[in-house]
Amino acid sequence: MADFETPKLTDFLETPAIQRDSMAHSQPFVAAPEHQEKLGYPGELVGNWQEKAIDKFGDLLTKYRSLQVYMDSCVKCGACTDKCHYFLGTGDPKNMPAARQDLLRQVYRRYFTFAGKWFPWLVGAKDLTKQVLDDWYSYFHQCSQCRRCAVYCPYGIDTAEISMAAREIMDSVGQGQKYCNEIIGKVHEKSNNLGLPAPALKATLEDLEEDIEDETGVAVKLPLDVEGADILLVTPSADFVAEPHVDGLIGYAKVFHQAGVNWTLSSYASEAANFAMFIGSYEQMHDIAERIRKAAQDLGVKRIVVGECGHAWRVAYNFWNTLAGPFDFLDPDYPVPQHICEFTYDLIQQNKLNLNKSANDHMTLTFHDSCNVARASRMGPEPGGQFKYPREVIKAVCNNYVDMAADTIHENTFCCGGGGGLLTDDLMELRVKGAKPRMQALTDVVKSDGVTHMAAICAICKSQFAKVMPYYGMEMDNVVSIHQLVSNAIILDGQETDEDEEETGEAPTEAPAPEMDMETVKDSETPDTAEAEGT
Amino acid sequence: MDYELDGNSFPADEEGYLTDITVWNKELADLIAKDENIEMNDDHWEVVNFLRDYYEEYQIAPAIRVLTKAVKKSLGEDKGNSKYLYELFPYGPAKQACKIAGLPKPTGCI
Repeated sequence: MADFETPKLTDFLETPAIQRDSMAHSQPFVAAPEHQEKLGYPGELVGNWQEKAIDKFGDLLTKYRSLQVYMDSCVKCGACTDKCHYFLGTGDPKNMPAARQDLLRQVYRRYFTFAGKWFPWLVGAKDLTKQVLDDWYSYFHQCSQCRRCAVYCPYGIDTAEISMAAREIMDSVGQGQKYCNEIIGKVHEKSNNLGLPAPALKATLEDLEEDIEDETGVAVKLPLDVEGADILLVTPSADFVAEPHVDGLIGYAKVFHQAGVNWTLSSYASEAANFAMFIGSYEQMHDIAERIRKAAQDLGVKRIVVGECGHAWRVAYNFWNTLAGPFDFLDPDYPVPQHICEFTYDLIQQNKLNLNKSANDHMTLTFHDSCNVARASRMGPEPGGQFKYPREVIKAVCNNYVDMAADTIHENTFCCGGGGGLLTDDLMELRVKGAKPRMQALTDVVKSDGVTHMAAICAICKSQFAKVMPYYGMEMDNVVSIHQLVSNAIILDGQETDEDEEETGEAPTEAPAPEMDMETVKDSETPDTAEAEGT
Repeated sequence: MDYELDGNSFPADEEGYLTDITVWNKELADLIAKDENIEMNDDHWEVVNFLRDYYEEYQIAPAIRVLTKAVKKSLGEDKGNSKYLYELFPYGPAKQACKIAGLPKPTGCI
């Protein structure tokens, strides 16, 4: 990958000058034949790909009425042009949402409209050439399907659905993306995105149990495949292995323990994520969602709780019922499905958790709304619950909390820069540049309110920020899980507390968390690690 | 991108991960590390060897937390943290150390 410059942060987020084709070189690795074929796609670009692609496009227009509406209704008003984080971070005009849509729309007009068939030069219609396909591959992998542009579009055109359709067309002609398709294959084979086999999962969970007991003196369990448990937890598999994700998983376990519920994870459905949404494949999305219904039925659980994962919550909240439902075998007295934040919020409301907020006093927190949670789902019975619940949970366990600017949170939130199947090393330049708007908003509250840490509610956001924050002069552990904060604050029944340790003369083992260094934030430069990316 | 060593060619994928994990040997690890701008010392080897042992048992690389615990046990309290692992492997212990250890690239939301 070519070297690149990390965008400079300024006093406010500027709309960049146009830099034509500045990101035309950015393309993820193409899926190998073995990754394609596992999902039923051609191994490589087929000979008659134009014809096949147009056929597939026609199919999708019939299948998804929304796609047809989106293709027809853009009036080029410009409301979306400065709303995409990738445009704001790169200045490439093809990253303006209307221009991104036009990459597909020009082909739609050429083959599916009267005017485009007969007078293509009058209506911006274009033949589907290899050049157009290359543009599709490049720029539909520069859309994280975050839907921020759709919030501002007067017609509600959803660029995410357009990019999903484009990716589905490309898959169908043999030009899939390695990152997503390899992972979907692993879900089918090993039941999770990591390819973590059941014995390894079991060992990992046992190891965490040991850690929690060492830390608290309480035997908190992370049960696996327990038949007859009341609750099945499905969570992103990054929660088992990555940081700060795993600290969140420990938080869920402590909350379940303290609530006294009988819960379990499943080795058959050890993944909440459903990357099939990113590639627009209904069939794949169905198969992946189906695993969770089957696991719930086989284990005989009454409830399903979903861990901190953005797009998984969208799929669960919006699509599970039609994809893999009905879930009428679950207890109707509880939300189906239920988000872990709803679960914890409920316990906090009932005063059932003993929380020591001062355990998080070394941090001043802000919260990054994940796009799929913020703009594509809800929590609780009221509108806006998806904004309220995570914040209420954080505020119940922390003394110091500040929101970022209003136009960067709630439904206006910026993507982390790595969502929608773009969290891959081969797109690092895009990820760093796309994070700029969020990094700007974060830096603003670092300066104005002394914010030290940002909490996130999505595995992709957490990994993305841990990776890109050092480029902007922050530490990788300045991003934390919501339930990591809960884990810090919760005092379990029978837990050894700091006071006990002081009595026994033991010093707390945890080192103070690093704070964001204002000087480094101001003079951020690409860290040394950037050089290691030439592989 | 293939690795060349002693007149033999060892196939690797676009990102430099060996496509056949069984061909790995220590000289190859040194070569991969050099490509990553890493000069292997005993501490690097401690991590790489642990990764390979763990992989042999579980067919997957360990969680970062498992790795830091193992390092703490063998190299001491002050080295049992992910900061130290990032000093050894600046691009991230999971991905860079796996590459040098000849293991497949970890995938997922990590």
